[in-house]
Amino acid sequence: MSAVDLLVVGAGPAGMGAAIAARRHGLDVLVVDDQPAPGGQIWRAVETVAATSRGRRLGTAYQAGAKRAEAFRSCGATYEPGSQLWQVEPGQVEPGQIEGGFRAFLSREGRARSVRAKAVILATGAQERPVPFPGWTLPGVLTVGAAQILLKTADEVPEKPVWIAGSGPLPLLYMTQLLAAGGTIAGFLDTTPSGRLKAALPHLPGALAGLGKLAKGLGWTLALKRAGVPVIRHVTELAAAGEGRLQTLSYRTEDGSEGTVPAEVLLVHEGVVPSIHAALALGCAVEWRADQQCYAPKVDAWGEGSLAGVFVAGDGAGIGGAEAAELRGQLAGLKVAAKLGALSEAALAAEAQPLSRSLARELAPRPFLDALFAPRPQVFAPADETIVCRCEEIMAGDIRARAMVGRPGPNQLKAFTRAGMGPCQGRQCGYTIMHLLAAAQGRPVAELGFYRVRPPLKPVTLGELASLDETEAAS
Amino acid sequence: MTVLGCDVAVIGGGLHGLSAALHLARAGRRVLVLERSWVGRHASGATAAGVRTLGRDVAEVPISLEAMEMWHRIEAIVGDGCGFHADGQIRVAEFDSHWPDLLQREARMRALGYTHEEIVDAEELRRLVPALSPHCVGALVARRDGAADPHRTIAAFRRACEAAGVTIVEGCGVEAVERRGADWLLSTGARRFTAPVVVNAAGAWAGRLAAMLGDEIELGLKASMMIVTERLAPVLAPVVSVVGRALSFKQSDQGTLVIGGGLQGSADLDRQASRVDFATLARGARAAVDLFPVVGDVRIARCWTGIEAKTRDLLPVIGASPNQPGLFHVFGFSGHGFQLVPVVGAILCDLILEGGTQRPIAAFAPERLMPARAAA
Repeated sequence: MSAVDLLVVGAGPAGMGAAIAARRHGLDVLVVDDQPAPGGQIWRAVETVAATSRGRRLGTAYQAGAKRAEAFRSCGATYEPGSQLWQVEPGQVEPGQIEGGFRAFLSREGRARSVRAKAVILATGAQERPVPFPGWTLPGVLTVGAAQILLKTADEVPEKPVWIAGSGPLPLLYMTQLLAAGGTIAGFLDTTPSGRLKAALPHLPGALAGLGKLAKGLGWTLALKRAGVPVIRHVTELAAAGEGRLQTLSYRTEDGSEGTVPAEVLLVHEGVVPSIHAALALGCAVEWRADQQCYAPKVDAWGEGSLAGVFVAGDGAGIGGAEAAELRGQLAGLKVAAKLGALSEAALAAEAQPLSRSLARELAPRPFLDALFAPRPQVFAPADETIVCRCEEIMAGDIRARAMVGRPGPNQLKAFTRAGMGPCQGRQCGYTIMHLLAAAQGRPVAELGFYRVRPPLKPVTLGELASLDETEAAS
Repeated sequence: MTVLGCDVAVIGGGLHGLSAALHLARAGRRVLVLERSWVGRHASGATAAGVRTLGRDVAEVPISLEAMEMWHRIEAIVGDGCGFHADGQIRVAEFDSHWPDLLQREARMRALGYTHEEIVDAEELRRLVPALSPHCVGALVARRDGAADPHRTIAAFRRACEAAGVTIVEGCGVEAVERRGADWLLSTGARRFTAPVVVNAAGAWAGRLAAMLGDEIELGLKASMMIVTERLAPVLAPVVSVVGRALSFKQSDQGTLVIGGGLQGSADLDRQASRVDFATLARGARAAVDLFPVVGDVRIARCWTGIEAKTRDLLPVIGASPNQPGLFHVFGFSGHGFQLVPVVGAILCDLILEGGTQRPIAAFAPERLMPARAAA
């Protein structure tokens, strides 16, 4: 079993920032990431793509990732791409081992092993908020994020015009990138409810520090207008239908108008939520973030969670975007260096000050954006016949039917219905189930808590786990 | 303050508590089940739900055989099939050196007059479990054994209890106990319950509860670990275990593989929590892929442990308290209590209503785990 000072999980903006900062102060750093190259989702495949014409089409914010990846590659951290972290737990004090700390279990190329680390920085980012509606599991329906990954890694542009349905900056960005790549858009079903701008306006003065970001969003909207993309506003309900794959798309808007259109590809997106499973598995406390409609780990200004030595940096600690993630990663990396004695408190404060100031500037537009793009209520109240747990094929009606028997919480409901028991471990159905339960029982969603997370965090195979038996015996 | 009175208060809403409550209610008693969290929360909800007579301690064989007869008509008892399939349980001899163990066991059972365990050779074993690695040499088989679905079983016992008039109170942990004349007074938060008879079915916490009720019973803990995989096409029907290794391997109705065998994680009674130890669990995965090479690439969906009481001799505690009138114990099944659920409820019913039972339970007497009285 190997041992390091710091284990960084994830090589996106936060993970790279953390590793670079910690390496600057001489820590022994291991970075594991399940992707084949650094950059995370935002800068996916940036090392090979940035300098190409595809990179130019994806924009300057994307191309900027190449420099970060280069700095990360040369920082001296041990980098293991293609690694699945499937369990991390507080370590016990054993003879000949680092005292306390953590033990992480990984698999790479079909072999499992464990690593000890004095501190852990979880930089696992965000996932798109699942959007259950009738037909969302049909082939041909995917998320905007998934389509954007295909665009970045493989220059994949759907042949047929695509429908986009959703709300938030990502659909706008993707549509401009898709148009630049020669794709065509059948229409944009904007699900942002009416009145959101009014609700967001009080946050505008605070957001002005991040004016550039707001201007960028406005620029995307104008570009779509210039391109003549049809926009249907205030869409409340979606339904996808077809024999074996998506063939038609139906929608309804706030004013009751309806439409059914032929569709071969539908991309949906209703914002992103932090990936919190690793933090939950470690036993870190999480709190309900009403502003972002999700749970996020409770962390201090450095990103340290309720369990000492576990840091959460980047969007995994609450959605803040790529630039904020990188700064939060650096702050966490510095704090770990200080905790392990590589940096004095005074030096820490001096190094952190400009980072904290930049971070405040980056986060300034968040309240405005969170209010503007808060998910429409229908996302959390799918019709009875809508599948909510894809793994076990459980429908919203099944959940509602069981919600009143003994007033169960999410974990009881899991045993009753199997919802959340499948391989995704509730990553897809978690929030939907909490909202269905809360609505049926007439209590606030924040009161219900979240699923207990069962290991493993990633679906390690029996063969990989078996290989751990050999490596452990040999070490 | 309202005090809820009844004839019998069962403490612990696991399967053994529910089974006792069911039999008592059907015999006309007013029964209350007090459950600290929710029905089936710990061992009953975390079990692999093996329905096994194979390899039982000789002391358990008579009641285990009766329980098996009850499992074969479980739908008539609780109104649902509980997902029980009698596809057999098989104990595999992997190498020639394991063979004598199994032969001796079979001979011993035959000498006692039992015929439910049967030796099969390598060829018959291959016919029963084609996916098994060809290096295995033979097995001991109980063909009427099998496995059930634990969550369906819990739901079925719960519904049957409620239909029989049992009151189940969840979120209700007994915090204090006192005597009120012939009655026990049980308190939890602001709620009070009285009953002349209390059944201690508190599982891993039964030792603590026994102490509150006035009995000192030596009790250990188990936190057996389980692996469940993604769903796959049918691989095998029987439940397979193997001599010399901690492995129990079966496929559920949903198509998932359920792998256990008693490898231990860690447990914390105060926090009501248990934890998987992957370095140890890797041995279970090793055994699974050695015995079933076809499953090496199957992905693990989740792992867990459940907390359960373990006794020194691995036999359960079933019987009346020798010290406290109106107190009955049922716990300590040490990792193999699921199959016994239907019959043990009937035994508790006998003990409480008749003052004794025809079924042989002397080996399960609580006294054996209690400190000897100081000589007078």
